[in-house]
Amino acid sequence: MLKLNVNGTSHDVDVDPATPLLYVLRNDLKLNGAKFGCGLGQCGACTVMVDGKAVFSCLTPAMLVEGREIKTVEGLGTIDAPGPMQKAFIEQQAAQCGYCIAGMMMRAQALLEAKPDAADADIRQALEPNLCRCGTHMRILRAVARARDLMQGKSADNMAPAAATGRG
Amino acid sequence: MKRFWIGVLILIVVCLAGFAVYAWKPAIDPIEPPQRTSFDQALIEKGAVLASVGNCTACHTKPGGKSFAGGLAVPTPFGTIYSTNITPDPKTGIGRWSEAAFSRAMREGVERDGDHLYPAFPFDHFTLVSDEDNKALYAYLMTRHAVESRPPANELTFPLNLRFVLAGWKLLFFHKGAYREDTAQSAEWNRGAYLVEGLGHCGACHTPRNALGAERKGAHLAGGEAEGWDAFALDRSSSAPVPWTHDSLDAYLRQGWHADHGVANGPMAEVTGNLGRLPDSDMSAIATYLISRMSEPTPERAAAAEDIRKKLSIDQGGTPIPASATTGSPTSRGGAIYQAACATCHDGSRPQPFGGIDFHLSSTIAAREPQNAINVVLFGLPATSGRESPIMPGFAATLTDDQVADLLGYLRETYAQKPAWADAKTKIADTRSGKYRVSVGPSDGIERSPDNVGAKD
Repeated sequence: MLKLNVNGTSHDVDVDPATPLLYVLRNDLKLNGAKFGCGLGQCGACTVMVDGKAVFSCLTPAMLVEGREIKTVEGLGTIDAPGPMQKAFIEQQAAQCGYCIAGMMMRAQALLEAKPDAADADIRQALEPNLCRCGTHMRILRAVARARDLMQGKSADNMAPAAATGRG
Repeated sequence: MKRFWIGVLILIVVCLAGFAVYAWKPAIDPIEPPQRTSFDQALIEKGAVLASVGNCTACHTKPGGKSFAGGLAVPTPFGTIYSTNITPDPKTGIGRWSEAAFSRAMREGVERDGDHLYPAFPFDHFTLVSDEDNKALYAYLMTRHAVESRPPANELTFPLNLRFVLAGWKLLFFHKGAYREDTAQSAEWNRGAYLVEGLGHCGACHTPRNALGAERKGAHLAGGEAEGWDAFALDRSSSAPVPWTHDSLDAYLRQGWHADHGVANGPMAEVTGNLGRLPDSDMSAIATYLISRMSEPTPERAAAAEDIRKKLSIDQGGTPIPASATTGSPTSRGGAIYQAACATCHDGSRPQPFGGIDFHLSSTIAAREPQNAINVVLFGLPATSGRESPIMPGFAATLTDDQVADLLGYLRETYAQKPAWADAKTKIADTRSGKYRVSVGPSDGIERSPDNVGAKD
């Protein structure tokens, strides 16, 4: 039995301790935001946050994150009340098929929590481990820049240039 | 008695005067920046290959910056030195340097204006480079894009910020000279020695340094340090579980990985990324010379390597270990982490370089110090932009210091059959916090990592 703290709620899960966190989240806790992509830590679709940092949940045995704060895309807001990251992705229509988006959002969230005023170059750099096969990168970058501005309480008319001017 | 003291005083004055004469180097007159057309194309191409041997771009390019424009911070035990701009910019680069000034910098470590250069610029090796090769290097560098960029001022403590002090360093440790053939050896061996000891400056990282930052003569290629990584021994104390051969070394240096040894990482990735441009004959010569430095493996080592080969042919798949990272001995906790987090790649069916190395073969796990293992576990191996490359995710955010220590202990006991590294925990904490700075780059190495990778800001 493992005790996992996910999105602020404590869960007792009966799994093999070596089970990847991703499987526990999806199969046992029914949190299907994080996706299985490659299983090798090479695509980023499974990205979640552990103690504020982005990790590949497919490569993270559940036993290693007992007692630590796990956050998934479900922890960023709800359908009725999306958080700033989710709001920005909706505003910018940054998803095509959407498979990579939960991972993108979690890595971006980890960046902005550590560096609220991240420059566009920081965003680009931080998202490097996450792949998107549809090619919505420019929208994703704009969405993250928009999320940064929303989190800093900026309104639409004083958005950062990258968020305001790029074309999709 | 008075006469004695006067004698001492005169002696001191004479010595100081002698030192001043030794230390003083004249400026060489600036020139009008030469036209590109004044250089022969074949000479420029030869210079390009030589610049790859010298790995010039690694130090003289800042991450994300323009090639050869300098400004890279090189941390030393004495403070931070910033690499210079060696593009032909007349104001901030070497645009006004004559070939004579360039050759003197290579041969003696002296700037065009007569200032002594710090030995972070490995003139103690470059002094061996022939006039002919310097000519080609000069032609290559003088035909690069000129970039106006002045590196930050060095941050060195007194008296090391005074450049004439370097003349004292040179007096103690520097031997000017051209490469001298060893007539007892083959032409290929001599070519290899010329490249390795001269422009290649392998010893700058792979030889340990003394308290004053000079390479220790008695420990040539016995293993050193570079940018937070241990540069493994290239002499008979090499930690490679399967001893290097001429062919494996040749292939590794050319392609950046070898099935018996794994993928080049850290600053070595830049070296192998560059060496791929060498002609076959030079590559083979380098391997010939280095293998001679490592000498024939002892019968025990050869037998151990044979054992490993047997293990690898039978033991595909590994031994499952009851998984618990929270209970049991440190080794069994480490084993559980290995099985759950590492085995997918490192005990899988994918061959290298895209699959992980079997740790029986790993010099890193068999090494004297845990530093490289710590670096790889925490920071991984970042992807190369724009083409396929081996990668490994870093585990800094997943594993705690204790978990990294357990994992390393397990790998060490299981694969190298050596006791766990004694001081691993402190090193893990210092590496994670950035107190011990590590540079992390992709496996092709040419593209430098961004400043913020490798340690907490």
